[in-house]
Amino acid sequence: MNNRLSMMLDRYVPPIFGGIIILLVWEYVPALFRVSKLLLPSPSSVVGSLWLIYDRGLLVENFLITLLEALAGFACGSVSAIFVAFLVTRSLLVERMLMPYLVGFQALPKVALAPLIVVWVGIGIESKILIAAIISFFPVLINAIVGFSTVEAEKLDLMRSLVASRWQQFRIVIFPNSLPFIFAGLNVGIVLSITGALVGEFIGADRGLGNLLLQLNYNMDISGMFAVLLVLAVLGIILYALVRFLHVHFVFWAKPDIRSGSN
Amino acid sequence: MKPSTGMLIDVRDVRKQFRSRSGTYMEALVNTSLSVQAKQFVCIVGPSGCGKSTLLRMIAGLETASAGAIKIDGVSVTSPRRDIGLVFQSPVMLPWRTILKNVLVPAEVLKLDPVASKLRAQELLTLVGLDGFGDRYPDELSGGMRQRAAIARALMHDPKILLMDEPFGALDALTREAMNLELLRIWQASTKTVILVTHSIEEALLLSDKVAVFAPRPGFVREVIDVALERPRSAATRSDPTFIHLAERLRSHFEVAPVAGTA
Repeated sequence: MNNRLSMMLDRYVPPIFGGIIILLVWEYVPALFRVSKLLLPSPSSVVGSLWLIYDRGLLVENFLITLLEALAGFACGSVSAIFVAFLVTRSLLVERMLMPYLVGFQALPKVALAPLIVVWVGIGIESKILIAAIISFFPVLINAIVGFSTVEAEKLDLMRSLVASRWQQFRIVIFPNSLPFIFAGLNVGIVLSITGALVGEFIGADRGLGNLLLQLNYNMDISGMFAVLLVLAVLGIILYALVRFLHVHFVFWAKPDIRSGSN
Repeated sequence: MKPSTGMLIDVRDVRKQFRSRSGTYMEALVNTSLSVQAKQFVCIVGPSGCGKSTLLRMIAGLETASAGAIKIDGVSVTSPRRDIGLVFQSPVMLPWRTILKNVLVPAEVLKLDPVASKLRAQELLTLVGLDGFGDRYPDELSGGMRQRAAIARALMHDPKILLMDEPFGALDALTREAMNLELLRIWQASTKTVILVTHSIEEALLLSDKVAVFAPRPGFVREVIDVALERPRSAATRSDPTFIHLAERLRSHFEVAPVAGTA
């Protein structure tokens, strides 16, 4: 018990201590160099702005909207990426028909599509979901393709020796075997989906954290902008932690360090 | 030679060549014939690269012969068949499944009754000495235990024929000896036809009714020896004079003339 407490202290005290130092420096040092509080607000004023935004009822709703856009976009993007990867690796014809264009499209910076999508789909949350989906689609696709093609020959021999159908091979061996790869893609995709939702909101939206950020920018409320950045960081951490949780839950078998840590 | 009656597996004048990347052909196996009666235990012994694994894969229907015929029950083998159980050099466990679920893979592929299959899987785990390990994951078991699980899996769908490709090659000598005796016990309890590929002369003699000696590059059957040793056999069988005599005879095939010094 005592040992555990000291381990906890050892783990958490240094980062907390470091954080306090950074906040203190940020709070007091800029004033010494006469940096305008308007351009670089102090942590205390950022917290004040955060409270103000919350108090005006702007925080929770906008947070939930951007969360919904990112999550829905991520879900659509990654599910369709896994489906396309399935088609591409199951059929040589589909692979030869699609791969050159997928590779070509992948080279395009996806955010460049955002204005077009807002024009096509409108300024509602649908356009943000679509942008988030497109931007998180590719890292998942590439990793899923690699995952579906990286199976030990003997595992497939085992399935073939049992005269397993192609769907059985996929369901029993190929798909579970690809999960470490797919999750590598999902870890990247989830972060990109927030970027996608935010870019969509920058281009045209009446709600969401991106919209809020722009409005505060117009009003030169730098402290408020910092507060929104803080909220965005929290959003990113929540979504990343969600994927991480699923990762550890489903891919426990590929991570001996996670599972056998107590042996 | 006339095809003799009562042969379960009949390999006749089989040749196998592989095409290398440079386009040249490499002979893996030439003029290979081997016949196995129902319920016989046959071992194939030979040095690395003599095509013995290739022959086993051809009998399993995982590879096709370049020439000659392989028949099981009088039917030509052109693709895998479900009355064969395969044991590979490595256990080929699916690490995301528990041992029980790994053993159940053939039942799942063949869509056997789930409840009856589960009972049978439990019985098989007891048979191979893994009672109580069904809920463990493969990486929690030793190599020998995993290989036993692989044997249980190969027996799951009650195949007539068991094909084993150096199943104990990766195990230490002591575990290997124990596994040999265990395999004999399992074979006697289930009366299946077994073909086992091995490097080990002792293993081959201890287990089999008949030993086929292969010579390398290109592989062919050099000699087939009947092993007239009493059953049931035990560790003591090794000191039987017949055993010692046969072992010497087999070993004489593998004696290599010393290579001229190349240091």
